[in-house]
Amino acid sequence: MSQRQIIQAFEQYQKSRMQFVQTVADLAARPQNIETLHNAGVMSMLRPLMLDVVPSIQQTAALALGRLADHSDDLAEAVVKEDILPQLVHSLASQNRFYKKAAAFVLRAVAKHSPKLSQAVVASGGVDALVLCLEEFDPGVKEAAAWAMGYIARHNASLSQSVVDAGAVPLLVLCLLEPEMALKRIAASTLSDIAKHTPELAQTVVDTGAIAHLAQMILSPDAKLKRQVFSALSQISKHSVSLAEMVIEAEIFPAAVACLRDQDEYVRKNVTTLMREVVKHTPELSQVIVNCGGMAAVIDYLGDCHGNLRLPGIMMLGYVAAHSESLAMAVILSKGVPQLALCLSEEAEHHIKAATAWSIGQIGHHTPEHAKAVATANLLPKLLLLYLDASSSEDLQTKSKKALKNILQKCTYLPALEPLLYDAPSNILKHVVCQFSKVLPHDSKARRLFVTSGGLKTVQEIKAEPGTPLQEYINSINSCFPEEIVRYYSPGYSEVLLERLENYQPA
Amino acid sequence: MAELLKLGSELEDFQKEHFNRNSLAEENRQRDHQAATQIQSWFRACKVRAYLSHLHKKAIIIQKIWRGFTARARFRQMVKAAYFIMKMNFYEEMAVRIQQRWRGYFVRKYIHNFYARKSYLEGLSMKNKLVRRQLDELEELQQRERYCLEIVKEQTAKVYQAHRLHHLLSTKQCPGVFNSPFRPDPHEMELLLRQVKYQAPTKLASREGACLLSPPAPTAMSFPGTLGSPWIKSRTCRSPRPILPPIASKRQQGLFREPGEVWEQRLHFPELSSHLQTSYTHLEEAQNELRHLESVRLHSSTPRSRQCSPSATTLTSFFFCNPKQARLCNTPPGLNK
Repeated sequence: MSQRQIIQAFEQYQKSRMQFVQTVADLAARPQNIETLHNAGVMSMLRPLMLDVVPSIQQTAALALGRLADHSDDLAEAVVKEDILPQLVHSLASQNRFYKKAAAFVLRAVAKHSPKLSQAVVASGGVDALVLCLEEFDPGVKEAAAWAMGYIARHNASLSQSVVDAGAVPLLVLCLLEPEMALKRIAASTLSDIAKHTPELAQTVVDTGAIAHLAQMILSPDAKLKRQVFSALSQISKHSVSLAEMVIEAEIFPAAVACLRDQDEYVRKNVTTLMREVVKHTPELSQVIVNCGGMAAVIDYLGDCHGNLRLPGIMMLGYVAAHSESLAMAVILSKGVPQLALCLSEEAEHHIKAATAWSIGQIGHHTPEHAKAVATANLLPKLLLLYLDASSSEDLQTKSKKALKNILQKCTYLPALEPLLYDAPSNILKHVVCQFSKVLPHDSKARRLFVTSGGLKTVQEIKAEPGTPLQEYINSINSCFPEEIVRYYSPGYSEVLLERLENYQPA
Repeated sequence: MAELLKLGSELEDFQKEHFNRNSLAEENRQRDHQAATQIQSWFRACKVRAYLSHLHKKAIIIQKIWRGFTARARFRQMVKAAYFIMKMNFYEEMAVRIQQRWRGYFVRKYIHNFYARKSYLEGLSMKNKLVRRQLDELEELQQRERYCLEIVKEQTAKVYQAHRLHHLLSTKQCPGVFNSPFRPDPHEMELLLRQVKYQAPTKLASREGACLLSPPAPTAMSFPGTLGSPWIKSRTCRSPRPILPPIASKRQQGLFREPGEVWEQRLHFPELSSHLQTSYTHLEEAQNELRHLESVRLHSSTPRSRQCSPSATTLTSFFFCNPKQARLCNTPPGLNK
């Protein structure tokens, strides 16, 4: 009888421990309870339960701990301070798969908050244990481990180097081949996080043959997987020409272009980012993208998205156009300029406007033909407005000024230049007048138009200091016209005439 | 004598003369000597000068000839060089002319070929148009596909609904809810209900699938023998898609039990509780059955159909694990006593 009682006492104790842990885990699922739980000293209560004899209690305690650490970085720090990580890592190697999942969740929740906390996870040997978990059979465990490693690698280069040093990359690439979607997603995102820091890390990822596997998954129907795949590919290709060429050689291109019409907007954004990262390296790579019709697709994409999603597309157009004049012509032919004009007028955020202004400058600065294409889209006054707008950010002002200057130095399309004569400040006016002074001596029709539209009058009204280039340009414009006309249009001519009338004595 | 005298006087004169002359000569000797020296020196100087000038003239001649020779040689050299330079300049100019023609031709033909550029740009715009059209087509295709999927989903949902509402089917005697006599024609749900054959509620299948894999499955024991019903088997065979076991067993805790469970309970209720239906030989039968099943289970280590083995385990669990049922099995002999 007494034996039964003893056993009963133990059973009761175990039951109540279990109940406590489960309650805490349930409470920790809600963010608003965290504060109270923390104040109640939940950390010190959970810590002995992590060492409990019953596996399910351990596991639930780990789950509760993970949830707590997930919600606030104070609690994550508390987990590190309480020295829970070493025992977690220790048991990560020995316990069953449910516990492994929960422990990987704790590591992930801790590593998520800051590089320092991730460093603590690495220092406690968490990465090696997680790599062991990647060799597990259960996909759930692999997923949790890959996820945790992704959070560790995300912070900086040295942390992701430690993930690479633990030998995670080949296993992550193997995870890409698993049938489970969730695992594939997480593995792709972790690879992307690893590759994003330095060329060496990206090279390590490439050396394991990740590109071929990633390239195969482009056509998968799962949108979230595609997001991660494209993000990984763009992170790989952003570092160097050779990496970008390897990505191109995986023959992703026509297929990736098709993904620009995907239903999921982040897939589209990541595809555009990938294109941008590939294109920015060399003219040849840009040529490849342009030749497979990527340009047109990106320009269409710019039409049906808004805000920050547009940014990679805009930058891609700028990068392509910057390489050579024929590529810039290709952008113009693909109707890129009107689309950029639309972006410039629709977007409110300054950094997007700055990127758009930069792209426009890259398109327009090659030849007079390019400049004309930009000028006919009525972009010059807009750029001027952005430059003169006092509320524009400094970056936007410098970018729009540079673009304006580059385009003006090539522009010979006078009808578009004329409005700038009226309201440009002198540092812009200089270039405008310079273009007039170059074109007018050789074009009689333009001279005539210049006089009749009042351009000459405006030029006479400009007050330039003698000796400056501006004055020289004005002089060379004046020398294209007969003296009387110049004098007629110069300000104050009527007074001079009246004076002459007064002084005139009839004979 | 006179003559002698004459001679003598003459001699004397002569002597005197001779003396005079000698003394005079002696007096003038120095001067004369000097004069002679001067004359000699002059003459010799003249001679030397003449010789020197002669030498000079010869030297000049030699120099003249030599200089002329070297100058001519140098001049010839210079002319040659100048000619060479002129020639080189000419050649270079010609080479530049050839190069410029060639380069112009080459660049126009292969690098900045206007026609190639034009055709490239035309081709590009064609390609762009093509890509745009293809992408539009693709998008439309995808949209249609999604639409189709949605419709299929909706349809299956409707059919499922019809299964659940099958009891609302109108009969000959009594019109159902969807077949109101006040309507001109029956509701479409009624038509659907007529088409759909009654099937066991689908929840059973998922439960049975769950007990295939989920490690702790206490509920699987509480409602055993799910496969014993012919309804289920027919249902699983008839289901359009192969039913895979779900990855995680999700036991929903609702207020009510699933209709399938309730139905199952009803189906099995008399078998479990009624003593009257048990025969006298029930215990022996049960033991035989158990033995048979055990042997079957042992054999089933060789691959068998998946649906059978869980049924065996559930049945054994039915016999062993549920104490209440075990007691029920044991009771009849006790009652007989």
